[in-house]
Amino acid sequence: MSKLPKIALIGNPNAGKSSLFNSLTGLNQKTGNFPGVTMDKLTGIWELEPNRKVEVLDLPGIYSIYPKSIDEELVINILGNPAHADYPDMAIVVADASNLKRNLLLFSQVRDLGIPTVLALNMVDVAENQGYVINSIKLARELNIEVAEINAKKGIGVNGLRLAVEKTLKNRYASNDALPLPVGDDLLADITAQYGEADPYRSLLWLMEHDRMKMFSEEQRIGFDRLQEKHRFDAKSYKTSETVKRYEALSEIVERCVINLNRQWDAPPVKTMTDRLDSFFLHPVGGYLIFLGILFLMFQAVFTWAAYPMDAIDGGVAQLNDYLKEILPASALTGLLTDGLIAGIGGVLIFVPQIAFLFFFISMLEETGYMSRVMFIMDKLMRRFGLNGKSVVPLMSGVACAVPAIMSTRSIGSWKDRLITIMVTPLMSCSARLPIYTVLIALVVPEKSTLFGMFNLQGLALFGLYLLGFFMAILSAWVMKQLLQVKEKSYFIMELPTYKGPRFKHMALSIYNSVKAFVFEAGKIIVAISIVLWVLASYGPGDSLATVEQSVRQANPTLSASELANKVAAEKLEQSYAGHFGHFIEPVIKPLGYDWKIGIALITSFAAREVFVGTMSTIYSLGGEVDDENATIKNRMRAEINPVTGKPLYDAALGFSLLIFYAFAMQCMSTLATTYRETKSWKYPAIQFLYMTTLAYLSAFIVYQVLA
Amino acid sequence: MSGTLADLKVGEQAEIMGFTDELLSLKLLEMGCLPGTVIELTHQAPFGDPIAIKVSGYTLSMRKEEAATIQVKTK
Repeated sequence: MSKLPKIALIGNPNAGKSSLFNSLTGLNQKTGNFPGVTMDKLTGIWELEPNRKVEVLDLPGIYSIYPKSIDEELVINILGNPAHADYPDMAIVVADASNLKRNLLLFSQVRDLGIPTVLALNMVDVAENQGYVINSIKLARELNIEVAEINAKKGIGVNGLRLAVEKTLKNRYASNDALPLPVGDDLLADITAQYGEADPYRSLLWLMEHDRMKMFSEEQRIGFDRLQEKHRFDAKSYKTSETVKRYEALSEIVERCVINLNRQWDAPPVKTMTDRLDSFFLHPVGGYLIFLGILFLMFQAVFTWAAYPMDAIDGGVAQLNDYLKEILPASALTGLLTDGLIAGIGGVLIFVPQIAFLFFFISMLEETGYMSRVMFIMDKLMRRFGLNGKSVVPLMSGVACAVPAIMSTRSIGSWKDRLITIMVTPLMSCSARLPIYTVLIALVVPEKSTLFGMFNLQGLALFGLYLLGFFMAILSAWVMKQLLQVKEKSYFIMELPTYKGPRFKHMALSIYNSVKAFVFEAGKIIVAISIVLWVLASYGPGDSLATVEQSVRQANPTLSASELANKVAAEKLEQSYAGHFGHFIEPVIKPLGYDWKIGIALITSFAAREVFVGTMSTIYSLGGEVDDENATIKNRMRAEINPVTGKPLYDAALGFSLLIFYAFAMQCMSTLATTYRETKSWKYPAIQFLYMTTLAYLSAFIVYQVLA
Repeated sequence: MSGTLADLKVGEQAEIMGFTDELLSLKLLEMGCLPGTVIELTHQAPFGDPIAIKVSGYTLSMRKEEAATIQVKTK
């Protein structure tokens, strides 16, 4: 197959790039994105005509080609390097027509890099509502390129864009005539001599941004620094003057191509919907209350609304298991299928409703533009703790999953703020903790109780755990701020986009993708560990398990048949390999109130915490109450008796101690791997693992000792 | 009257005259804060920081210390 032509989509954040990408490529995308993360490039296929396809590359939103943070670096690494595998044949710059001048700045830089470019004018209707009429034919002539008016959200104008793209792909005309701001010919000649032939503007980009471009070796970087010195070239002031110069030229063009109706009528500026909404959402007091209210609603929804589908799944899995046990011959294989596999899969499936609700809320906040308001009102507060208003997004996405959350820190410009955010984000309670919280809260918090007759106490307990995670995160951040005495300037110059109605199709797609990723990624681990665990729990060293039945029978001659069977099963588990592991670590976890069965769950949880519930299902279904009809994991754990006190094992002290342990402990390989990838050092994941686990152990110890 | 953007009150308009921090000025320029542009302070976050301004038809937020690097002239 011949290589498809490549088209890069470039534009300011919120210019409608992603909407255009979606309407061009439809479902032909390679996505696996979580809400809030478009940190990496996305590719998709656009069928220009039947049998004529092009590859479309969606790049992170930028304001200029000079990057200020890590997510923005990607763009010049591709556009500045013709040898790059993703170097495009042409670019479509998507411009927000209601803010034309600022959007054209980026356009002019991309065009000057020598890439054939088409300008896609988006949101022309918004501009017209504000009283600006754009003559796009004239604009095309002035800029000497093809211009297409589009409405990315509604998918209008794609045909015109297609024609513009076809034309540009054919003539490959790049209208980069001269440098925006002249430099000495000898400087350009030196760059050409040392680094090969290049477009003059691209040479300057190399000279100024070589540190952020991966294509250069250490030696080449030193060479660029020497050239800057030799020619007394000041990159900073060149960029500033270049920007001013470009704006001057663009102002004149915009002046000629845009008619401002406001000026003619001298109408007072209209208060837009965004202005009105901002007076609520950015209110000094009300803003916080609304944010808290939204968070609270989110958790009530996750706990109470999701309960109905969850109960159905829970009951369904238990019924299926009972049914299978009835019709299949009682054998080791049946045990593996029902208590190992199906119990494990059920442990994953049951949390799909809650995770879907979580992703629904987070993608809704992102989509509508509310998330950047949250950054705005939280910045001052977060700064006191060594974080940054932009840390709010990782922290909130951390509620869904720490892996994309840590990746989303790339938009934080300051290294120190970013590092601290990465280190504390896993303390936010992620969706994998939700299963554990749900089961344990149901055991220790009374079901029907309410506060003031309106708030479900279980919902409040869950909300409390999430708050606890958040407070521990910012407290840890504060400690790290004290330890990391780096003086580095961070800045917070950020656009507050206009509010938009959520695109439900877009949201549905992202919820579907996230849930799918959770079920398959987490599911694989859970099923694998369930099987391993079942084997370890069903077999023991030597013939120890074989002799168990006999010795139990001899020790308890008066028991009924079913009681005896339970006793045998419990004894067998204790003598199995898993039982040995559990007993091995029991001395360490005894002060936290845990027995060897919980010990088994703790060991398996260190790979990924979501296996806790599956492990518990496996252990308790093997260890007793086997003939309990419709035995859900909750009921099995509730029936567990503390051998010392004779009371239920899962009392408040143990329950809360376990809850705190799982809230703070670092039990996720994927997160540690992501921290390594984002910090490029093993030091930080190691510190992360140690400090979180220590924190978990000490806190759980205190909670148990106080409550017991 | 001249001063910096950090001195403005909510609802006040001013014209950008220049910048005192070279590092920040590039970012501010790219975001459309050009000398000669009229801006309006529209919001202050709780505790007075950060602030939001209206500039060339959109809303831009920045911290107070960043606003202090923008010299403005009020009418």
